[in-house]
Amino acid sequence: MYGTGLAKGLLLTLRHFVDSYVDDIRYGFRKYHHSTDNFAVRQGTKTKGVITVQYPDEKVAVPERFRFVPFLIVEDEDHPTRSGKDWCTSCGICAKVCPPQCIWIVRGNDPNTGRPVPEPEAFFIDIDICMNCGFCAEYCPFDAIKMDHDYELASYDRTTHHIHDKERLSKPNSYWRGIAPTRAYEEMLARGTWEHKDAAKEARRGASGARASAPQPAPQAEVAAPAAASEAAPPAEASAPPAPAAEGATPWSEDDAKREERRRKALERKARRAAKRGQ
Amino acid sequence: MDQPTLAPEKQLDATTVDEAIAYLRAEYADAVTLDDREGYGGVIVQSNRLVDVARAIRDDLGFDYLSSATAVDYLGAGDHLEMVYHAYRTSGGGSLVFKAQTDREQAEIPSLVPIWRGADFQEREAWDLMGIRFRGHPNLKRILMWEGFHGHPLRKDWREAYYEEDQKPFDNRWPGGQVYRVEERNVFGKNVTYPPDIDLGRLMDSSETAVYQSLGLGVDVERIMDKDGFETNELVVNMGPHHPSTHGVFRMVLTVDGETVTSLEPVMGYLHRNHEKIGERNTYLHNIPFTDRLDYISSMGNNHGYVLAVEQLMSLGRKYNPPTYRCEALRVMMVELSRIVNHLWAIGFWLNDIGAFFTPVLYFVQERERILDFFEAVAGSRMMCNYMRFGGLFGDLPERLKSVSNLTNDRVRDYNTMQFLTEMINERIPRTIDELERLLTQNEILLERSVGVGVLTREDAINYSAAGPLLRGSGVAYDIRRADPYSIYPELDFDIAVEDEGDMYARYRVRVAELRESVRILKQILPRLEATEGESIWADGKPGAYAPRVPHGEAYGRVENGKGELGYYVVSAGGRGGSANPWRYHVRAPSFINLTPMGIMSRGHKVADVVGILGSIDIVLGETDR
Ligand code: SF4
Ligand code: SF4
Repeated sequence: MYGTGLAKGLLLTLRHFVDSYVDDIRYGFRKYHHSTDNFAVRQGTKTKGVITVQYPDEKVAVPERFRFVPFLIVEDEDHPTRSGKDWCTSCGICAKVCPPQCIWIVRGNDPNTGRPVPEPEAFFIDIDICMNCGFCAEYCPFDAIKMDHDYELASYDRTTHHIHDKERLSKPNSYWRGIAPTRAYEEMLARGTWEHKDAAKEARRGASGARASAPQPAPQAEVAAPAAASEAAPPAEASAPPAPAAEGATPWSEDDAKREERRRKALERKARRAAKRGQ
Repeated sequence: MDQPTLAPEKQLDATTVDEAIAYLRAEYADAVTLDDREGYGGVIVQSNRLVDVARAIRDDLGFDYLSSATAVDYLGAGDHLEMVYHAYRTSGGGSLVFKAQTDREQAEIPSLVPIWRGADFQEREAWDLMGIRFRGHPNLKRILMWEGFHGHPLRKDWREAYYEEDQKPFDNRWPGGQVYRVEERNVFGKNVTYPPDIDLGRLMDSSETAVYQSLGLGVDVERIMDKDGFETNELVVNMGPHHPSTHGVFRMVLTVDGETVTSLEPVMGYLHRNHEKIGERNTYLHNIPFTDRLDYISSMGNNHGYVLAVEQLMSLGRKYNPPTYRCEALRVMMVELSRIVNHLWAIGFWLNDIGAFFTPVLYFVQERERILDFFEAVAGSRMMCNYMRFGGLFGDLPERLKSVSNLTNDRVRDYNTMQFLTEMINERIPRTIDELERLLTQNEILLERSVGVGVLTREDAINYSAAGPLLRGSGVAYDIRRADPYSIYPELDFDIAVEDEGDMYARYRVRVAELRESVRILKQILPRLEATEGESIWADGKPGAYAPRVPHGEAYGRVENGKGELGYYVVSAGGRGGSANPWRYHVRAPSFINLTPMGIMSRGHKVADVVGILGSIDIVLGETDR
């Protein structure tokens, strides 16, 4: 009959209208209450009806891999030996992989010898040009540049505010471990230490003589921290991540890292073989 | 113009590509030579015999579908311009590549529009950007730039306004990088030249005249018609460039007789940024995030086509590992999810165009949001995914789709990835498609608006190089995932959606069917992901280098994207060690080429239908204008 298609469609819109109140009833009309407990459900796969978010009273926290204008990692203030030191060694790889070429780096030079030192003298990113691709973070061999989660960068004057210099770009290591605990953990595994690659190397060189006497702190305690954080409350608010355990020590020793690497490789090989057999 | 005829029943049209080439070389011994440059394929045709050879390729050999026609400037490497054509059979199989060369100074090549109407816009683009004149082209004028523009921007010796260096990375970024704004050093105007007859004080754009002339109107935009003693005015209406129904900055110039459209010409280029020139300045890696910005609705598919093209080139070299199975499965999953996004979006906005204002589209966008959330958690961005790499991916699936509170009022979410995917694929998306069908498929208003409107016949669809749902809605069962398979599609079980009517409704039906097929594919991907859990996405277990070695040669990587065939023609001029930057980087954009038949589809319909027809083609201006 002419019109049945229309009527069916209208019934559907009616159902959508009713559905938009389902969540309200489910949460006792406290849908937009300032608690986060119902948010994940409201935004998840089971939800029905309205999914809008009341920005800025509530904001969707961005996932760990989210990428926005990059920042540079510097060592935390309370780091025993390297407080405030850049992780960046001014190797220039990020400037090379940057597609719109919005990174400018001045390599540091030792004033006495004139030879390059592994620290940038200046570092600029023009955020008007940055396309938030994340290549700089992906290809930095020292995990020194990371994509930020702070997307509220609007300003009134682009000519004065939109070129970020080193000071503006720098954020403490603990910030990164706060906004991306899982990724920071994965990077630590790949590096083999929570410390900067070079710092770890130095520490090993310095400690190699006294190695036997200085017991390595057990890595498990620290390693477990971010994994637990993935279940629990957001660490950025919870607390600053644990400070490095002991002076000059690497919480994750080289041997452990090698063992971990071997184990991972073996697992991968096994999985690959299994997949081949499955085919 | 001679009418396209379907190939006569000869054995020839079932030959392999190599046999076809052998046939051409035998038949046209004086005009056809093998292209034996290192890493190249196909044949080079003498340009004076090009039309004959092309006709033989279409009629005798059955390569009835001209996928891509583009130009390359070999400045310093032979100093000639070259047109490269990729022809396919709609029955499936690989490409017959043929090329024609011409002098850079007096660049002229016969037009293939009489053979394939689909060459129309592509030849205009080659004229516009490379400066090749096409003898016999019915309407040869610029298409992306304005008519008064000076120079041909894709030529190797042409420099853009903000020119810094020929190739990235630029030298002054490191180690002595003192920041400056390009516009401070290089104020607009320094690199811009104007033709001598342009009066800069009164910037007159002569392209308008050209547009109206091509509609047969002369400079006078009005013409008095006398029909059966009744005086009507045929008048010109400009729809766009700022018009909500054109899906972006796009313009259609129509002549109407009352409410009826008598002719229509698309005018584009308002969003042109010379993507291909940028691509040639870029390194291979740099281009991946730029492809995101073409058809920004389905950036995963854009990534895929490009990495396929570059992987083809890399496989010419010695040290190349193809992606692992898990990587391929993930790629296919991402691409199918973005196809779903694309079709939901396309159907929704098409409904906006024909009057169902925003109710349906918002229902669909809710599902799109979930999928984009997933992209964001996996790839780092909702639309500019930048997910695929040469030989791998940016990263494997995270264990959890988890956010972390950072700004004030941040609300966190935390889902198990596989569970989220399973629920989406098995429950939510199919439910949405059911709803979509209940809402629309039998809706009488929709039927009246769309059945029989904007018809594109089967022959025209092929001849005009239509692609994607536009082609399949006209009864051609041509889907690259089956016709010229890539990735793991051959082992997946799915059907090609086809409808015979060729009208707007048929295209709608094709899209709905493709949504269902995509879900079917995704359901097969899930167990594959579980089986390959733990496998690396990189063949050798570690991420690829940022400067891959790309050997000398050419490659055409094409994928079936939501909007149709997306192809990348990449030429590498690499020496023994490979080169860091592509010599030529061309995008065969479905949104662009699918507009070629827009004129014939609209003729005789009402103005309000034109809006719907445009919506049913489904274009994105980022890709049309590039
Ligand atoms: S790649 Fe990393 S270490 Fe190298 S210059 Fe960039 S931020 Fe510094
Ligand atoms: S995110 Fe991309 S565009 Fe931005 S600075 Fe890093 S590499 Fe450059």
